[in-house]
Amino acid sequence: MLQKAKTENPKTVITIRDVQKSFGDYDVLKGADLDLYEGENLVVLGRSGTGKSVLIKIISGLLTQDYGSVNVLGSEVATLSTKELTELRLRIGFSFQNSALYDSMTVRENLEFPLIRNKKNLGRREINNAVETVLDAVGLLQTINQMPSELSGGQRKRIGIARTLILQPEIMLYDEPTAGLDPITCIEINNLINEVQERFKTSSIIITHDLTCAKAVGNRIAMLLDGQFQRVGTFEEVFATDDDRVTPFYDYNFIQ
Amino acid sequence: MKFFREAVTPPYEGKEILRQCYQVGYKSLALISLTGFITGIVFTKQSRPSLAEFGATSWLPSLVGIAMLRTLAPLLTSLISAGKVGSSIGAELGSMKVTEQIDAMEVSATNPFSYLVVTRVLATSITIPILTFYTALVALLGGYLNVTMAESTSFSAFVQSFLESITFLDITASTVKAIVFGFTIGMVGCYQGYNSSKGTEGVGKAANSAVVVGMFLVFIEEVIATQITFLFRT
Repeated sequence: MLQKAKTENPKTVITIRDVQKSFGDYDVLKGADLDLYEGENLVVLGRSGTGKSVLIKIISGLLTQDYGSVNVLGSEVATLSTKELTELRLRIGFSFQNSALYDSMTVRENLEFPLIRNKKNLGRREINNAVETVLDAVGLLQTINQMPSELSGGQRKRIGIARTLILQPEIMLYDEPTAGLDPITCIEINNLINEVQERFKTSSIIITHDLTCAKAVGNRIAMLLDGQFQRVGTFEEVFATDDDRVTPFYDYNFIQ
Repeated sequence: MKFFREAVTPPYEGKEILRQCYQVGYKSLALISLTGFITGIVFTKQSRPSLAEFGATSWLPSLVGIAMLRTLAPLLTSLISAGKVGSSIGAELGSMKVTEQIDAMEVSATNPFSYLVVTRVLATSITIPILTFYTALVALLGGYLNVTMAESTSFSAFVQSFLESITFLDITASTVKAIVFGFTIGMVGCYQGYNSSKGTEGVGKAANSAVVVGMFLVFIEEVIATQITFLFRT
């Protein structure tokens, strides 16, 4: 299926071509093709174990594909040297499913950590300002001196997003941002994803099972079926089908 | 090899190394003090009758000092550290691995190996030799306490007797041995934690393996080190 862009001549920031990845005998990705355009929110939908998280780990260089090409911001990820990959990672934000906050550090230290290591020219005052700005952006300035264990699931997700935003990435990768959260918090996270897109001008890939989230944040939806993106388009286009691999998603989320 | 390459490659994590040194020392200090002191007392008490048979109780300070410095202090310190510090490193890194904190470090353009592994291995390699000499000193105090219960000896005479019996080789061998033990404990703890998997079960296994493998390797190294030192001595 043809992929539709948000605007007439969009710039591609991520290009994925014929990506294949196996774990032992289990073929997860079987020739996945996808484009992420500048400034858009692209939602990746699919059943558990279909390789959605594997895909964004390949994009960020945490995993390497067995075959195919992943080009991020003009760089072929698999061929980059360690130094080049580090430089590329400064331009990509990764929000983990379980937030992955450093549990031995306070919220402030969590946010300072990537900044101190990657922006060595910044003074203490500038670091404090940056931390407070992103915490304010996610609405959690009051938690600055708390430990991750003292935060709720939704707060941890927000702090995780704030930690990625502090390096001002051009691309955001969200792994199941609303998993395990109550409906109200889900709405708050969806709003935050949209705010991040608008305020920080990021291009994002959002991995989710949650169709409410997909509808709320996605400019386009890409459905991963049998290791390939077989349906890509707007929400309405993707679900305008009687394909029994697709319809259960819609039925479960909106009819049940 | 990766460890040595990363250890000499900037950025250097001086502050984190100091924090880890404090952690390693602080975690083991109380137990090491108690164990060293009791070992000193017990060793002196057990040795006294044998030496008394030959009228050689004046050799007690030398005997305690040499035994502690050459073997018991490095071994005791390392075994306690393998239990306290090795397990802690294994569990901490294992937990960070399964909760994706190590991946999070990596994607935020920070080298997790340098920040987590190099700092901890350097900290154990620096701190365990210091703790070893501390253990020897505390054991000597325990020994002195036991000696003074049976006869009147001044502390300076006791220490003087000990100092006369030890050689430069004893001190060097103990230091090198303690550095190797420290390196082993740190490396095994980090390896087990960094490569753990299968969720919380993996964290438990990492902590357990860090202790078991760490202690086993320390014993093997002790045997090899004793053989090498013996060659130098003869």
